[in-house]
Amino acid sequence: MMFTAAMFALAVAMLLVLVRLFAGPTLYDRVLALNAFGTMTVLLIGVVGFMTERPDFLDIALLYALINFVGTIAILKFFRYKDLGQGLAASEEQNSLRDGGSQ
Amino acid sequence: MEAFIDIVLFGFLILTAIAIMRLRNLFAVVMLSGVFSLLSAGLFVVMDAVDVAFTEAAVGAGISTVLMLGTMAMTSREEKPPVHNRLFSFAIAVIVGAALIYGTTDMPPFGSPDAPAHQHVGPDYIERTPKEIGVPNVVTAVLASYRGFDTLGEVAVIFTAGIAVIVLLHGRTRPARTARARKKEKDV
Repeated sequence: MMFTAAMFALAVAMLLVLVRLFAGPTLYDRVLALNAFGTMTVLLIGVVGFMTERPDFLDIALLYALINFVGTIAILKFFRYKDLGQGLAASEEQNSLRDGGSQ
Repeated sequence: MEAFIDIVLFGFLILTAIAIMRLRNLFAVVMLSGVFSLLSAGLFVVMDAVDVAFTEAAVGAGISTVLMLGTMAMTSREEKPPVHNRLFSFAIAVIVGAALIYGTTDMPPFGSPDAPAHQHVGPDYIERTPKEIGVPNVVTAVLASYRGFDTLGEVAVIFTAGIAVIVLLHGRTRPARTARARKKEKDV
């Protein structure tokens, strides 16, 4: 019964996040909505696991949470540097130039 | 209850697909395709295909989103209006969809133990795995042990493809490197 209620609440929450994702005026609304949706998928897997009485699913839900985190970091890094490979090299470049200038 | 979850997830999938078609902002489309993958991963979990669901989440929602964003950095952020006939594309989609649905009528029922997939070598692997390999997950045993060389070949192919992509895309970062190299030479 408790898991059924949790399932209904998750469905409503997913719908709200989807509305934000479709409408979302700025890019950051959409990034945040995607992250929230990933979290809801984690919860969904957990609830389905407990509803079918197979809590082993919880391991997979944890891995989803990790992927969700890395994905959000990658998207935000892309915004910061406009490129995924160059960010680190460019900041190293700046650091080395700054160090060289002070010597 | 499982029917309710299926209906909700499939309903969200259809909503997401319609939104992907209608939006012209490519960034939003990339985010929505990530959600599409997460929803299909949820459906795979409901159908007990946890391994498939995990691959879908890692590749579809994780890597593809990042790759598509990286591609978008080199192209435009807005989709151009279509130049070809939309009705023709719609007709092709409907015909292919109808053919696929017609194909499912010959398939065995979902989860049936009499399905051909459960009759061929499956029982043999299930019987041998605990004795020979000793891991609880039979799929892992097949992929990493019985078909180990095949998996090694796949890894080699993906590694080669990754190196090729890095080599192709590397030209863009070269100016920064040469600047740093010049700086180093000056220091020496």
